[in-house]
Amino acid sequence: MKFLAKLAFAAAALAAGSVSAQTYPAKPVTMIVPFAAGGPTDVIARIVGEHMSRTLGQQIVIENVAGAGGTTGTTRAAQAANDGYTIMMGHMGTHGAAPALYPNLRYDPTKDFEPIGLAAGTPILIVAKKAFPANDLKSFTDHVKANADKLNLAHAGVGSVSHSTGILLGSMIGAKPTMVPYTGTGPALNDLVSGQVDFMTDQIVNVAEQIRAGTIRAYAIATPTRSPALPDVPTTTEAGLPQYQVSAWNAMFAPKGTSADAVAKLNDALRKALADEATRKRLLDLGAVLPSADEQTPAWLGAFVAKEVERWNPVLKAAR
Amino acid sequence: MDLISNLELGFSVALSFNNIALCFIGCLVGTLIGVLPGVGPIATIAMLLPITFGIDPTGALIMLAGIYYGAQYGGSTTAILVNIPGEATSVVTVLDGHQMAKQGRPGVALGMAAIASFFAGTVATLVIAALGAPLTKLAQLFGPAEYFSLMVMGLVFAMVLARGSLVKAFAMIVMGLLLSTIGTDLETGEPRLTFGIENLSDGIEFAVLAMGVFGFAEIIRNLENPEARDVVRGSIGRLLPNKEDFKQAALPIVRGTGIGAALGILPGNGAVLGPFASYSIEKKLAKDPRRFGRGAIEGVAGPEAANNAGAQTAFIPLLTLGIPPNAVMALMVGAMTIHGIIPGPQVMTKNPQLFWGMIASMWIGNLMLLIINLPLVGLWARLLKVPYRLLFPAILLFCCIGIYSINNSVEQVIMTAFFGFFGYALIKFGFEPAPMLLGFVLGKLMEEKLRQALILSRGNFMTFVERPVSGGLLLVAVVLVVAALLPAIRKSREEVFTE
Repeated sequence: MKFLAKLAFAAAALAAGSVSAQTYPAKPVTMIVPFAAGGPTDVIARIVGEHMSRTLGQQIVIENVAGAGGTTGTTRAAQAANDGYTIMMGHMGTHGAAPALYPNLRYDPTKDFEPIGLAAGTPILIVAKKAFPANDLKSFTDHVKANADKLNLAHAGVGSVSHSTGILLGSMIGAKPTMVPYTGTGPALNDLVSGQVDFMTDQIVNVAEQIRAGTIRAYAIATPTRSPALPDVPTTTEAGLPQYQVSAWNAMFAPKGTSADAVAKLNDALRKALADEATRKRLLDLGAVLPSADEQTPAWLGAFVAKEVERWNPVLKAAR
Repeated sequence: MDLISNLELGFSVALSFNNIALCFIGCLVGTLIGVLPGVGPIATIAMLLPITFGIDPTGALIMLAGIYYGAQYGGSTTAILVNIPGEATSVVTVLDGHQMAKQGRPGVALGMAAIASFFAGTVATLVIAALGAPLTKLAQLFGPAEYFSLMVMGLVFAMVLARGSLVKAFAMIVMGLLLSTIGTDLETGEPRLTFGIENLSDGIEFAVLAMGVFGFAEIIRNLENPEARDVVRGSIGRLLPNKEDFKQAALPIVRGTGIGAALGILPGNGAVLGPFASYSIEKKLAKDPRRFGRGAIEGVAGPEAANNAGAQTAFIPLLTLGIPPNAVMALMVGAMTIHGIIPGPQVMTKNPQLFWGMIASMWIGNLMLLIINLPLVGLWARLLKVPYRLLFPAILLFCCIGIYSINNSVEQVIMTAFFGFFGYALIKFGFEPAPMLLGFVLGKLMEEKLRQALILSRGNFMTFVERPVSGGLLLVAVVLVVAALLPAIRKSREEVFTE
């Protein structure tokens, strides 16, 4: 009797196993966010993840694994089981700049992941303290070039978006201002508002309210078109620095070898989230830029990551 | 009066049935997670964020804020009862609070902590409402150089924390400073002293160190002789402080509130200094400083008031500037952002209902915490009667869960175990862990601010003296050190620093 019961149990377990293999997802999906809760990537992951949970019929659980500019969490995602139940939200730093910044990186953004799809990007703005003596981007770049040794560029720590984009700006205008490292956007922005440092580059969601309140000034936004969130800020193209095009993109990845079926289902759920009116509005309110239809495929993301790694490599290595 | 009409608006928002209920849930959850060692407000708020999606932003923030200051209350309970500081700010409460519990006065310690926190919370709420905006401007005077000098002054306080010899206290501060240098170099991004262990790349987590050297080490020490009970076996004693206790604690509470509120405003996590500063000042002012570290009620009341006042005024940079001063506030920014309110300097004018509603709810939350906590004092105190063989595994289990929840990492739990043995060795050799923890907390901030200040001054050390605020703070630190070292007043130094 006991044996029969065991057999029945085993059969049931087997049946359940095969069913779950057919109907992905059969349990909650963990999405690793390689940054502390509350930052732009985390916020975007939570907004998108919430709608994706509804499509998938399973909860997407956000797991914040912060550390080493996001590479700790990304390494963990790269090494996670490729059963489709662990995915991650990577971004410009972890999947673009990291190989140039961390010589001992334990993952390869182009090889160790199955791209799922681009989620949303936050445009980068060039901002300066209120008293910065320039009225437009042209006079800003002239002033930076002429006074590079005196000026201070704040950033949120090595590997952060403001660090990479700040170096990129310096290399494009041909000046090497002194880089002042902070431990996060908050402290850096605080010292920009109080005028301890001169300028920085950062994501729109971090600086938009300060710009609107006039506590700091914005010279340009590094996107092809102006942002509806800050319609008065010209684009870098309009203001005369067209080559400075950069946004802190966020995208979902699964560990290498995750089944095509799981990736397709996750990509479909991501597309549905990005097509949903309420979700779109919440993202656009942050000043985020949403990917166009052809930018939403896994293949596009794969090619994009390769391009990004190539783009950041020379810029960041030159600054090291 | 603007203030009164604003507060009226605030209370009309905060007193709606929904918001009162949310505030209560937040405070209750906060208290509970605060009591669980290691499960901090950051992990809890992050976990509960999705639940708030369906609630309006004001209600959601009221609840999340309730979790935050509820956790501060709950944290003192664990510090007093089982000698585990969950956060940097409750390290000081451990010193005398746990001694009081050992002497059979856990109820008095818990009750006094709750009352001191309530008083401080009430005053801090008024400070935020009346002076938030002008104080922000004042805090903006603090650049990296000023912070560095403030931290130097804080380190001098650390020496006063010690119960034993000055040399040992100094050694422990330096030990803490050294431990804080582990991790990624701020400027170059190179890993320092990590021995290739990836989990050390962002340094040692505070809770890992604190729970190891206090909680785990204490348990190991207690296992040494099964006879000795750390906590009183027989009567628990009075549950609430009496008139005499209040008389002793009244002035420390007022001073602690002032110190904590002032340091909390600084947008660089100055709040951590509050309880340490309050404790040092009380010890200096006391007629008999030897009582400190042996269950002095002033050593609980003052720092607890400072802790709560600082926790509350830490909202000022967030509410008036939109800039988060610490990790919890950064998470609050994230919560606001998810709810479509991007905090900035204009939150007050753009979302007056949210702004004033939150301020009003802070006071209501503090009142609720008092109401939740005072009846619980008896229950918590009775927890001490649980036999060790049940209590110890439970504490260890909760500690492990708490540490795991910080960054979802098993390695950090193992590291805590390591620091447990390390802490046990410290106890055996007669070293105090408290100065080490302060050195550790201040070390990170000090290095950051020192390097920022020197980068900004292009390597000129005079920047610390030339800037008036910074120079003034350093002067105070020098005076304190000289007072401690001058042979002429050696006698009084010994009174202060040695048992």
